[in-house]
Amino acid sequence: MSEEIAIHIRYLKTAYGSQVVHEHLDLDVRTGEVLGVIGPSGTGKSVLLRAIVGLKPPDEGTIEVFGEDVTGLHGEELRKVQTLWGIMFQDGALFSNLTVRENVMVPMKEHTDLPASLMRELADQKIRMSGLETSAGEKYPSDLSGGMRKRVALARALALDPPLLFLDEPTAGLDPITAAGFDELVRDLQASLDLTVFLVTHDVDTLTAVCDRIAVLGDKHVLAVDTMDELRRNDHPWIKEYFGGPRGRAAQAGA
Amino acid sequence: MTKTPSYDIRAEGDETVFAPAGSWIVTMIGKLNSDLKRETAGEGRFSVDLSGVEKLDTAGAYLIDRTAAKLGGDDYEISDTDDKKSALMDQARELRHAADEEAPPPRKRDFGVIDLLERTGRTSVHFVQEVYDSIAFLGETIWSVAGVLIRPARMRWTALVSIMEESGLDAVPIVSFLSFFVGMVIAFIGATLLREFGATIFTVELVGFAILREFGAVLTGIILAGRTNSAFTAQIGSMKMRQEVDAMTTLGLSPMEVLVAPRVLAMIIMAPVLTFVAPLAGLAGGAAVCWLALDVAPTVFINRLQEMIPISQFWVGMSKAPVFGLVVALIGCRQGLMTGSSVQSLGQSTTRSVVQALFAIIVIDALFAMFYMEMGV
Repeated sequence: MSEEIAIHIRYLKTAYGSQVVHEHLDLDVRTGEVLGVIGPSGTGKSVLLRAIVGLKPPDEGTIEVFGEDVTGLHGEELRKVQTLWGIMFQDGALFSNLTVRENVMVPMKEHTDLPASLMRELADQKIRMSGLETSAGEKYPSDLSGGMRKRVALARALALDPPLLFLDEPTAGLDPITAAGFDELVRDLQASLDLTVFLVTHDVDTLTAVCDRIAVLGDKHVLAVDTMDELRRNDHPWIKEYFGGPRGRAAQAGA
Repeated sequence: MTKTPSYDIRAEGDETVFAPAGSWIVTMIGKLNSDLKRETAGEGRFSVDLSGVEKLDTAGAYLIDRTAAKLGGDDYEISDTDDKKSALMDQARELRHAADEEAPPPRKRDFGVIDLLERTGRTSVHFVQEVYDSIAFLGETIWSVAGVLIRPARMRWTALVSIMEESGLDAVPIVSFLSFFVGMVIAFIGATLLREFGATIFTVELVGFAILREFGAVLTGIILAGRTNSAFTAQIGSMKMRQEVDAMTTLGLSPMEVLVAPRVLAMIIMAPVLTFVAPLAGLAGGAAVCWLALDVAPTVFINRLQEMIPISQFWVGMSKAPVFGLVVALIGCRQGLMTGSSVQSLGQSTTRSVVQALFAIIVIDALFAMFYMEMGV
């Protein structure tokens, strides 16, 4: 694994009004790794994701993605960095008035000058890549199951072949078999497309199956970043309970 | 760093070589598509030479694979490639195999004249069905409201009072403002037209009749349709969307009793209150114009009002109020309960709800007008 840094966060502070979510938060995501982000509910895992992709402007600090400062960008500059990443939101956030195929085509329409026929073919390819039948392309998001919706969301996130992929709770609300399938899909795509993945999750199985390193958020900053084996030896009470609890142990036994 | 993608198809002995070069990535390959579709290959062996490709992504791999499969059949050879590129090419090949069934064509959109007429016809039939369903819902509502009134313990009194405040009391400022201005407008029209006949004093009668009999009730109805009715649809609709209504039903609560009955009762109570406020403000607006533009002092205005306008006009206006309130609450609740599970359907049902409520208010007002005319009031 290369030591190049894909996301470089220093001294990040984000706050909603007087409620501070992060303070002095430092984090590096290496190129080509899958970084899992965990932490108790309400520690701002999703807020961190939103801060990196520009949905929540940070109050202080710098965020660099592939060496480029991405805070406070507007217009053309923002559009340019937006092609660097694909985001899969928690419940898919598919556009409900568009078919699956049209959903996958949205980023292509916005950022490329592909002819419509090729765009459709590529969208179909992305749909197959995420493990769905091509015929799903004509359906509307409301006709799909939760697992399928997430796959479509992944296909849309990958539409432009971005080097960086953000996943917000990819397996939340899925049955274990579907979740395991999704984990495998993420892992496969990460390997074949050489992606850097920033993965927010609660699911210990996902962490075990997919992540190279894990960042633990707590007390407004990053408590620890390490491999799962190292984290199991960590003395922080929350981390101890997280991996030492019944679910954490079961995931270890299953791994 | 990013070089424009290009390609070359050349013959090397009896072998055809397809050699793409440059950056084959999704943002760059758009212009190559139609050229690549036109290419044909001769007989003999076929191979793909990827050595000139600097950057490759899944889209580029797809395009190369599509072209190669078309030119050289399924089992074309790839030469001079590194692991990463060949992984992408393998993936593209695999995905092509997965597309065993032909990709479905994009959905046909209907733009023709016949389709237009068909949709109009459907809308008309749908309209009749809507009226029928609304009346059925009226029956269901009356049944559950009656049930609640017989057993007052089952009434949601807190909800009732809160809805009365939200949709009744909070609407007083806007209702009175609008009525005030409409009263002014009527007085201005009267003043301008009646001046030609030297009968400007009849402006008082005009304002009185118009406001008391029609505008007070209709304005209130329209404001309720725009304000309260849409709120009801959005509230109940979002509860429906998030399965709260289903949860309610499984817990043994009847949505008709919990959601619909308090809203209907609140509106039946508050619509007359608002309709009482509206003419007051409207008359004040009329009186203001009469005073400023016609030099008719407010005392004269009020005296003439008392003399010339029978109290029955006031009651005609008031009699419409509970009906408007009922209609607005009914349509709002019904559309809310009909909301589906998508965000879009909430928007649709809110729009439908407001349109239907406005429509119903105008139609019912016309029916009232005919009725009272026949009755000679």
